[in-house]
Amino acid sequence: MQPAIETQVVIAVALAAAVTYSLRLGGLLLASRFPRSGRFRRGMDALPGALLFSLVLPSIVAEGAWGLVAAAVTALVVLRSRNTLAAMLCGMLVIFLARRFS
Amino acid sequence: MKQRKPEFIRGARANVPVAASAMAYGSVLGVLASQKGLSWLDMMYMNTAVFAGAAQFVMVDMWSNHMPIFEMTLAVLVINLRYLLIGASLDPLFSGKRLLHKIGMMHLVADENWAVTMSEQRRGSASTWFLFGGGVFLYMAWSSGTLIGLLGGGFITKPEDYALDFAFTAVFTALAVGVWRGKSDVIPWVAAGGAALLTHHFLPGKWYIVAGGLAGALSAMIGPCETEVEGEVKGEENAAGY
Repeated sequence: MQPAIETQVVIAVALAAAVTYSLRLGGLLLASRFPRSGRFRRGMDALPGALLFSLVLPSIVAEGAWGLVAAAVTALVVLRSRNTLAAMLCGMLVIFLARRFS
Repeated sequence: MKQRKPEFIRGARANVPVAASAMAYGSVLGVLASQKGLSWLDMMYMNTAVFAGAAQFVMVDMWSNHMPIFEMTLAVLVINLRYLLIGASLDPLFSGKRLLHKIGMMHLVADENWAVTMSEQRRGSASTWFLFGGGVFLYMAWSSGTLIGLLGGGFITKPEDYALDFAFTAVFTALAVGVWRGKSDVIPWVAAGGAALLTHHFLPGKWYIVAGGLAGALSAMIGPCETEVEGEVKGEENAAGY
């Protein structure tokens, strides 16, 4: 059987896609009109780290003490080995063991 | 320009770890989608058109026989507001590129390949083709993950038992370490972390990412900087410019 996409699904997903793409391209196009030096530049330079840290911190904290341990282990492994995959797996292992045995 | 292909492949390779984690939580999304009755075609349409993990989770959650189109669009807008900042942070990478190049490359920008590219840029060697190679590879991994979950139908009934839900957090923690710049990041990160935790506590949805990112950037703008003298001079230049 060949599945067809319902019209309402076509519309809903198309709108979600349009919104998402506009934000992606809009951010880039707006930024090129901003000043490239001084305070503004310093803010933009700090942005990637600030975004990434904000992305993970609440989920680390939500995991409790073991979340902090898992994050520390992940950070240590990536600093030592430069291997993101190994770091990810070590962090997951901590959570896996913590949930199983505590 | 002649570097296109090697850069594309280098980007794809650098994204192997994040693609593995995207596949893991993609399969979780697939399982949820199968419970909501999405077909593989619905799933692929969404993967291709939207290509944003967190937003797709919320969309599948809101999925029903009578689609709440307005609420869904609004939810996606709020969740993906961070892409405004992500897009802005890519400006240095895209400097000097034509508009058409930007239009073509920006669709396949997700948290993952963006973060890998930022981390690579800190080491001084990222490019737009690196970003795009990562995006294409990530798209394939994300699509396979969601389809495995959807068609495999509940072979992982409790993903949290295997810490699969922590894959995202773990991989992004590793990437955050990669973009750490040292002492000059202390204040922005403290501000970002504080704002993210507070917002996460008091507001629903993904506002905390936007709040944290903005707090970090703002604190770097108003705070003192390491090279005091240079900063002062530039600040004055800027003030004069306005």
